[in-house]
Amino acid sequence: MSRTDQPHGPLVDLGRERPQVPARARNLSPIVPRASIAGRALVAVVAIMTFLASITTGTVLLVSASAAEWQSEVASEITIQVRPAPGRDIDRDAAAVAEAIRAQTGIVEVRPFTREESAKLLEPWLGSGLSLDDLPVPRVIVARVQPGTTLDLAALRRRVTQVAASASVDDHRAWIERMRSMTGATVIAGLGILALVIIATIISVSFATRGAMAANRPIVEVLHFVGAGDRYIANRFLRHFLRLGLQGGVIGCGVAMLVFGFSESIAGWFSGTPVGDQFAALLGTFSLRPSGYLALAAQAVLIAAITAWASRRTLFATLDDID
Amino acid sequence: MVRFENVGLRYGLGPEILRDLNFQIPAHSFQFLTGPSGAGKTSLLKLLFLSLRPTRGLVNLFGHDVSLLGKDEIADLRKRIGIVLQDFRLLDHMTTYENVALPFRVTGREESSYRKEVIDLLKWVGLGERMDALPPILSGGEKQRAAIARAVISRPHLLLADEPTGNVDPTLGRRLLRLFIELNKSGTAVIIATHDITLMDQYEARRLVLHQGRLHIYE
Repeated sequence: MSRTDQPHGPLVDLGRERPQVPARARNLSPIVPRASIAGRALVAVVAIMTFLASITTGTVLLVSASAAEWQSEVASEITIQVRPAPGRDIDRDAAAVAEAIRAQTGIVEVRPFTREESAKLLEPWLGSGLSLDDLPVPRVIVARVQPGTTLDLAALRRRVTQVAASASVDDHRAWIERMRSMTGATVIAGLGILALVIIATIISVSFATRGAMAANRPIVEVLHFVGAGDRYIANRFLRHFLRLGLQGGVIGCGVAMLVFGFSESIAGWFSGTPVGDQFAALLGTFSLRPSGYLALAAQAVLIAAITAWASRRTLFATLDDID
Repeated sequence: MVRFENVGLRYGLGPEILRDLNFQIPAHSFQFLTGPSGAGKTSLLKLLFLSLRPTRGLVNLFGHDVSLLGKDEIADLRKRIGIVLQDFRLLDHMTTYENVALPFRVTGREESSYRKEVIDLLKWVGLGERMDALPPILSGGEKQRAAIARAVISRPHLLLADEPTGNVDPTLGRRLLRLFIELNKSGTAVIIATHDITLMDQYEARRLVLHQGRLHIYE
C-alpha cells in the first residue's frame, strides 16, 4: 500500500502561489491511445473476416432455405404414370386411375395431364406437331398431398394397379434424397468455410494484437512502473481490442448486409434472362429473411468476442514476456 | 525496509556486474548511490525496483523475500516504490498532468480526489504552465521534472532516482533536492543515484559507492 491511503497534508506547500480557484475537471485521455496504425490494421482484418464469414453464412442460409422450399414442394406431390397396354384404352385407364386416386385419403387435388399437355412436355425433345397416337407415350397424373399428412403409398399403389395394371406411382423419394444430400453437403461446406474463416480470424487477430502490443510496449512498461498489475493493464487493452473488434465486426457485417439487400434488387433486374432464371432456380429470390440478418448480426458480435478472447490470450503472453 | 545479502547479478552468460552486495536501507533514510559510469548503479536500482531478479543472493523488500513473490504481489510492492529513470518514460499521448496523476489513476481513484494535489506539485516543480502540454514538446529538463513529480506524487515508502538532476540547471537542481529532502522528512526512504558531486555536497547523507561491481558504504 502506498502512503496515499493515509491522511496527510499537502506534499508541497505553495504558499501564495496556491491556485485560488478550484481546478477544473479534466477529461482524461485513455490509457491506451485509440488511434494507432496497428489498431486500424486490426479493424481492417476483423472487417474483412466478418464480411467473408457473413457472405458464407448468408449464402448457406439462402441455399438451405431454397432447398427446403423445393423439398416441400416436391414432397407434397406424387406422379402417376399410366402406360399404354395392348388391348386397353389409355384414356379410360387414365380417367379410372384419377378417380381411384381422388378416393384416397390425404389427396387434395388430382390433375390428369391431357393429351395436348403431354405433347407439350415432350416438345423440347421431340419437336412440335407431335401426334401421340403414333407413340407409346404414358399419360401423367399429378396428385397433391395434403400438407402434414402421411400418405399410405402401398394402399395407393394397390388401388391404382387394380384399376390399371400398367400404372405406376412415383413419390419422388429418390429425387428428395438427392436434394437432401446436396443441401446437406452445401451446408457442411459452408460451415467448413466458416470454421476456416474463424480460425483465420483468430490467427490474424493474435498477430495483430501482438503487433499492437509491441507498439504499445512503452505504455505497458510505464504502467508496471507506477504499480499497475497485469489484470489492470490487460483490462485496459482488452476494452481497446473489444472496441476495435466491434468496429471491424460492424463494418464487415454492415457491408455484407448491404450486399444481400442489393442482391435482391440486382436479381430483379436480371429476372427473365437465362442467367437470372438459373440463379433464381438455385437460390430462390435472393432475399435473406429477417432471421438471416439477425444471424449475421449475432455472428459479427461472436467475431468481436473472438477478437477480444484472442487478444486476451496474446496480452497475457506478452505481459509475461515483458516481465 | 530493504535488505540485500550476498546478491550477485549477471546478464545472460556475461561476467557478474554486481558482486556480493550486502547492505540495508532503513526506513526514513536518505542516501546517495554513486560510482563511475558502468559501475552498475542503474542495475542496482532495477534490482531494488524488482524489474530485475538477482542471479544469486537474497533480496528482502518490505519484509518479503522477493524470490517467493508472484506477479500480483510484485505489482502491489511496486505501488510502494517511486522511480525516476534516466529516460523519463513519460507517455507521449498523455498530458503532463495526466502523466503525473498516473499512479493515482491506476489505483482507481476519482480524478477530483487528487486534482489539487497534482496541480500543486506541478507548480512546485515549475510545470504549472505546462500542465496540458504533451511530453514530445517538453524540454529535457521539463520531462525530468514531470518524471520526478510522477514518482513522488503517491508518497512512496521508497523513492529511487537515477540521475534526477542531470538535465536541470543548478537552481532547479537545488529545488528538486529540497523536494526529495521534504519527502524524506515526511517518511520516505530516498536513494538518489548520481555522479553530481555538487549535489551530494549540498546535503549530508549516507553514500553508497559502487566500484567494480562491489558496494562500499560511507555513513
